[in-house]
Amino acid sequence: MTLRLPRIGTSQIIALAAILAINWTVSPQFFDIRFQDGRLFGSLIDVLNRGAPVAILSLGMVLVIAMRGIDLSVGAVMAIAGAIAASLADSHPLPVVLAAALGAGLACGLWNGFLVAVLGIQPIVATLILMVAGRGIAQLITEGRIVTFTAPGLSWFGGGSVLGLPAPVAIALAMLALTLLVVRGTALGLMIEATGGNARASALAGVGTRAITLAVYAWSGLCAALAGIVAAADILGADANNAGLWLELDAILAVVIGGTSLFGGRFSVVLAVVGALIIQAMNTGILLSGFPPEMNLVVKAVVVLAVLLAQSPRLAGLGLLLRRKRP
Amino acid sequence: MTPNDTHLLELRGFTKSFAGFPALNGVDFTLRAGEIHALLGENGAGKSTLIKTMTGVVARDAGTLTLAGEAIAPRSAEEATRAGIATVYQEVNLVPNLSVAQNLFLGRQPTRFGLVREREMRRRARELLAGFNLDIDVAAPLESYSVAVQHMVAIARAIDLSARVLILDEPTASLDAHEVENLFAVMRALAARGIGIVFVTHFLDQVYAVCDRITVLRNGRLAGSATTAELPRLELVRLMLGRELSEATATRAPVDRAEAAPVAAFTGFGKAGYVAPFDLALRPGHVVGLAGLLGSGRTETARLVFGAERADCGTATVAGAPVGLAAPREALALGFGYCPEERKTEGIVAELTVRENIVLALQARRGVLKPLSRREQDEIARRFIRLLDIRPPDPERPIGLLSGGNQQKALLARWLATDPRVLILDEPTRGIDVGAHAEIIRLIRALCAEGMALLVVSSELEEIVTYADEVIVLRDRAHVARLTGEAITVPGILAAIADEGAGAAPRAA
Amino acid sequence: MNFKALMLGTALFGAGFSASALAADLTVGFSQIGSESGWRAAETTVSKSEAKKHNVTLKIADAQQKQENQIKAIRSFIAQGVDAIFLAPVVATGWDAVLKEAKEAQIPVVLLDRDIDPAGKDLYLTAVTSDSVHEGAVAGQWLVKTVGTKPCNVVELQGTVGASVATNRKKGFEEGIAGHPNVKIVRSQTGDFTRAKGKEVMESFIKAEGGGKNICAVYAHNDDMMVGAIQAMKEAGLKPGTEILTVSIDAVPDIFKAMAAGEANATVELTPNMAGPALDAVIAYKTKGTVPPKWIQTESKLYTQADNPKAVYESKKDLGY
Repeated sequence: MTLRLPRIGTSQIIALAAILAINWTVSPQFFDIRFQDGRLFGSLIDVLNRGAPVAILSLGMVLVIAMRGIDLSVGAVMAIAGAIAASLADSHPLPVVLAAALGAGLACGLWNGFLVAVLGIQPIVATLILMVAGRGIAQLITEGRIVTFTAPGLSWFGGGSVLGLPAPVAIALAMLALTLLVVRGTALGLMIEATGGNARASALAGVGTRAITLAVYAWSGLCAALAGIVAAADILGADANNAGLWLELDAILAVVIGGTSLFGGRFSVVLAVVGALIIQAMNTGILLSGFPPEMNLVVKAVVVLAVLLAQSPRLAGLGLLLRRKRP
Repeated sequence: MTPNDTHLLELRGFTKSFAGFPALNGVDFTLRAGEIHALLGENGAGKSTLIKTMTGVVARDAGTLTLAGEAIAPRSAEEATRAGIATVYQEVNLVPNLSVAQNLFLGRQPTRFGLVREREMRRRARELLAGFNLDIDVAAPLESYSVAVQHMVAIARAIDLSARVLILDEPTASLDAHEVENLFAVMRALAARGIGIVFVTHFLDQVYAVCDRITVLRNGRLAGSATTAELPRLELVRLMLGRELSEATATRAPVDRAEAAPVAAFTGFGKAGYVAPFDLALRPGHVVGLAGLLGSGRTETARLVFGAERADCGTATVAGAPVGLAAPREALALGFGYCPEERKTEGIVAELTVRENIVLALQARRGVLKPLSRREQDEIARRFIRLLDIRPPDPERPIGLLSGGNQQKALLARWLATDPRVLILDEPTRGIDVGAHAEIIRLIRALCAEGMALLVVSSELEEIVTYADEVIVLRDRAHVARLTGEAITVPGILAAIADEGAGAAPRAA
Repeated sequence: MNFKALMLGTALFGAGFSASALAADLTVGFSQIGSESGWRAAETTVSKSEAKKHNVTLKIADAQQKQENQIKAIRSFIAQGVDAIFLAPVVATGWDAVLKEAKEAQIPVVLLDRDIDPAGKDLYLTAVTSDSVHEGAVAGQWLVKTVGTKPCNVVELQGTVGASVATNRKKGFEEGIAGHPNVKIVRSQTGDFTRAKGKEVMESFIKAEGGGKNICAVYAHNDDMMVGAIQAMKEAGLKPGTEILTVSIDAVPDIFKAMAAGEANATVELTPNMAGPALDAVIAYKTKGTVPPKWIQTESKLYTQADNPKAVYESKKDLGY
């Protein structure tokens, strides 16, 4: 299937470009990139590298939201997966470590999917359960301490590189390609958009809405686990208290900035990732700017508001009206 | 009840265009005090626009409005209500989770020291409803009552707001016969008090049962206005359709194909509290019509047959083999298709394109892992857009932007694309314009000729008669009669519906 | 009640005999906040070992971050008739009623780690806490002494914005470097007390300060952020501990690992041993009637690479950090 560029994608690209341009003015070396130890270095690379976990989360979140759901548990699932990976890293071979961490994420996702699809619990409530309990589970695994590891295999997920790109960026790109392949290369994308747009109509048209709901939450859990592995590998340790904390909100924001409605239906995987990059470009820009940290949240809120306003259809209509009234 | 000649409400030259398309074109309308006045017309004739412009919901482009000789220009439904024109819509626009009494006095609760006097309010609510022969617990939430009661409450509220003109927009669409009779009694009583009532409905029987005068709109223009006595039914239909019904209602000789082996057969099939167990055989090239009043079990039968609702007794066989039919997916896999009555909530996925809506069921049957290529999708969409004349013929337009008739055609296309053995159509012609109506009936016949088995639910008895080989009549959620061959006539069906006398009075012509 | 008064009298009368023999009879209830951080876990571990050392029976109640659980625990300690209550308060206010109950039952209360609302000063015996302004000052003084008169640009990793510990450690550090214009803070951002954020913020500091060449020292409000910052420096090809000095606060085991590897220079200890001084005070009060000062400040000990970090790591690694 062809990769369709959504009609509304321009506003996100413009927003990203504008933020990068602002970053360049506050930090003239923003676009400098140098090659060192087989790896690219520079603020732009930082944006990609630091944005990777939220980008990976948003790949799962965008499908969940397209189904008119929401997954609040991804931050906690990150913590669980990170805790499992870090605890096993120095004592088990890498495939076992990955299988255990990703398997835990998958199980968490299936649990959420089960609550939503089979028991019919509202997604926000169903995933809230794991959001709260999940962090506790992660703390139990780490016994409340930061579990560090040195295994080079797992460390690669944070500090390694592929063709000069930091491993998290390469992983996020691969996941993006995989997600696109899964949703646009199969009929899953159409089924998700149909179910999110009108679940009853889709069920009556023979769409297996329940199975798709399960699959989508499972995918979100898997993405969260991968993001958790990347986050743990980044600091060579699992910090159950802080890993992925509030990142579910960043992931939701990325999806919304990417133009996918919280009411489900049409979605764009690529633009959700662009949304994640917009958020991270902003974060990095704030760090480079030297603003006092008290300003961080205010600046962030203003920028997000501006991006969302820019893509509001009603505001666009208003702008058109004003332009027309001008003589 | 005799209408006097006082002109209570006069509309002159009402005109309204939406984006350049005229929806109303110089329409005159006169309502006399104490009169029940039917406002009729096919979908898109301009009924809703006329009501919305006269109540100020939509601003009119031109035209004058006088109420009891005084020119008024309401700019919102509230202003219209204050002036004395109240509207009760089909979808009752009250607050479902507030109590009946609170709904009646919403925004004007009796208060003392700024506190709502609940007891006083309830007392007055009971008094008010007593005038409508309604003895209910006014403290219970509105949503705990039937639609009929909710309508009555809405009417009571409107009248109590000192309405002189009451507009009822399709109030009977979801009421049963007894409730309709009750509503008519209230309408007559109100008319006797000098209130002018505008009654919008699709049921012609009801027009003749309760209305004094009829005004017909067609294509945004006034097609005619006369007293009920002066306007015979045939003439009314001609006014509404603007042509003879020759094509749509030409009868054909139903062929009895009972000898053909059924593609799907149901024995003792039913669900407790939903539809009583029934036997049903669907044969190739054979149309089974389901007739009955609303709520009689027609739609329920269709949903059981498609697996949208799970039967709890009986057996179903397809091509002789027993099947479970526990979900639409199973029915789809067996070659069943189902166009539900609720097109908006159960049929279309509004924001998806016509193409995506058309391929949805076929894709669902193929499974997620076998996607139709874009080229295949385009080909299918183009083929059915051409075949069914879906307009505009743009496969990439979101289906929500199409008219009702074209949405319905696209939904038919969705199922035809799956090449079904059995196609279930629930009110396929409801809410669509005359042209599309005739086309859909033609299509039903064509499909039948190709050997498809059809099960059609319809309130339009004349329609059923033209294409059904067998009609099953339902009453009170049970199949009560089975008509075949020569026995399929409108009077015959009506007689079966009305059998044992109960409740069908307002619909019996 | 009478029995208790009798016991107390006996205790006072017998004070001249062996204090430790008497202390063995003491039972102390400890309402701990929970185990939200490694430091908290270490505090619990150290409290247990200190109790054993002092021959005191310690009953620990984990409140799981909830004040109502702490109040419940205190009431239960009162009902059990313990000899003293240790309280690590989760919030500063709302303790008046339950502390009054303890006072009426003549059970002394010692606050650990955190203080409560000033209105309740007469409701507890003493508070054993560290002085986070002082901690910052110790860090600042170490840096000033280490760089001498050389100019030194410092980047600062703050704790969570608005947290009192972050505010105090920032203030203390600034006091520590005051009067030394050669040492100045050139960048300051919050790293939320976490490794991940510490690393991210340090990465941007490095980019913003000429690839790290303009940075002479890093000051982090806690060791976790510093561990993250050290990673960021290493990945950027810098040498923390030699090219760039590091000083942080808390003295968690992992920073000693870094110090042993020569990648970190100094840390200021926030001791997990709050219970030790508290037990000393309670035993002295019970046996000799010595009323301790209202505030017992714990030592903010400075550790550098010279303090055998490997040995300190070994001693700390099993405390539960």
